[in-house]
Amino acid sequence: MNRSARIGLSIVLAVLLVLPFVVTNSFYLDLIIRMQINAIIVLGLNLLVGFAGQISLGHAGFVGIGAFASAILPTHFGWSPLAALVAGAVFTGILALIVARPILKLKGQYLAMATLGLGIIINIVLRNESQYTGGPDGMPVPTLEAFGLSITSDWQWYWLLTAMLVFSLWASLNLIDSPFGRALRALHGSEIAAKVTGVDVVRYKVVIFVLSAACASIMGSITAHYIGFITPSVSDFPHSIELLTMVVVGGMASVFGSLVGAVLLTGLPQALASFDGWETLVFGAILVGCMIFMPKGLVPTLAAKFRKQG
Amino acid sequence: MNLLEVSNLSISFGGVKAVQDVSFSVPAGTIYSVIGPNGAGKTTLFNLITGIYTPDHGAIRLQGENIVGKAPNQLAALGMARTFQNLQICSNMSAIENVMVGAHLRLNRNLVKAALRFPSIRRRDLELREEAAQLMRFVGLERFLDSDADSMPYGALKRLEIARALAMQPRVVFLDEPAAGLNPRETEEVAQLVRRVAESGVTVVLVEHDMKMVMALSDRILVMEYGRKLTEGTAEEVRTNPDVIAAYLGGHA
Repeated sequence: MNRSARIGLSIVLAVLLVLPFVVTNSFYLDLIIRMQINAIIVLGLNLLVGFAGQISLGHAGFVGIGAFASAILPTHFGWSPLAALVAGAVFTGILALIVARPILKLKGQYLAMATLGLGIIINIVLRNESQYTGGPDGMPVPTLEAFGLSITSDWQWYWLLTAMLVFSLWASLNLIDSPFGRALRALHGSEIAAKVTGVDVVRYKVVIFVLSAACASIMGSITAHYIGFITPSVSDFPHSIELLTMVVVGGMASVFGSLVGAVLLTGLPQALASFDGWETLVFGAILVGCMIFMPKGLVPTLAAKFRKQG
Repeated sequence: MNLLEVSNLSISFGGVKAVQDVSFSVPAGTIYSVIGPNGAGKTTLFNLITGIYTPDHGAIRLQGENIVGKAPNQLAALGMARTFQNLQICSNMSAIENVMVGAHLRLNRNLVKAALRFPSIRRRDLELREEAAQLMRFVGLERFLDSDADSMPYGALKRLEIARALAMQPRVVFLDEPAAGLNPRETEEVAQLVRRVAESGVTVVLVEHDMKMVMALSDRILVMEYGRKLTEGTAEEVRTNPDVIAAYLGGHA
């Protein structure tokens, strides 16, 4: 982790510590919590897409598995919420492991299609197995309880997610600056160069796909517990695209870009509410503008500009 | 003892017999060159030996062990390194990180320990950065220690590939046209670098079009034409061989 990463992490930590003194409104608190949740999913997705260069158009499917594991297992089978969360992540990990080998042999648009298909299959299963999932209407999710503590108030959620977010940022920064992370970035930069230097390319792709999927699943569980009610739309294609857009706008292969992308795209629809009926258009225009003027994403572009001046 | 023994190696792509029945052996500690006109099958030969292609026939032995069918990353573990005629640089990384990737197999690659910033992994990474910096100095890239790979000129990237290959601490390194596209001064520098690599104990197999460099450096030379072995010998033997002259200049000698 270099100096700028350490400064970035300190700034994030400071902001998260100061926010409780500034935010009094429960509407904004809810928004911040959703930003935090998205930021962690996007971090995991960025490791796969931005750093390792493997596209996934089905990540919302993994979010959906986690969310419904946390809804179904405690409700229908009496599991503890924590066990359900872990079971969801393990199941997602195994599913990702099984599909990863054939899928990750594909490249470019073929990989995009395969992951898209996987996401859609998960979405269809969740929609149709209505005796367990409640079908399109969804189902309520019990409170998250672990070790005798139950997370009920929004402030409890805030601190839990603050801890998870800071840990995720720290761990991601460590990871990309390690032998493992360098191998991931190398296979993105030149797969053939990575191979001849001894990187088992397939294994690395599989591992990061599984990690990224399990991360999405865990955050799906968290989302379900936080909102208290879940519908299959959490796993649908538009949600996958939304997550991917956060990666791209914030900055591919940028840890802090993931955070910025998630904050921006979660908050922007709210900020644009005053456009009253035109918000979708303005939202689209901002995205197009970002991609035209900052094709590498917000954080990498601004960082490069800053470095040139300073 | 021969480090590398290639016997009766063949591969066809459709109707094109790119490499046909080629045999040769490379003694340890030498500089061995492969030359031939464009399209003679030199790069294909490299790709066969380094595991990018699987041969239709033939055997390749590295220190006596048959390595046909092994993947490139397995060959890397056996001490085989290479560079590419068309650069294979990770342009999304810094120059020094490109070199550090070369040391991949010598490192602890544990994901969990890396994410949790275990001191042992950090310490090894700091040592490695110093090693990589020394290698960059060795190949003459001290100017680019803090550069991103995508901001470096072509000639420097050629050397960066050599530094990355050396970071693997290989037994044998395959250099595919290290001087291609370089000016005469740069070519001379690369020639000196290749000699220093060989002197450091690494066997060098070289594909190169610059005849001055090949003749000056090589202990032995393999000449290929139309996918076949035309002849093999010392620089002097090859230079005076009438078949070689015919292959390069055309006509019947």
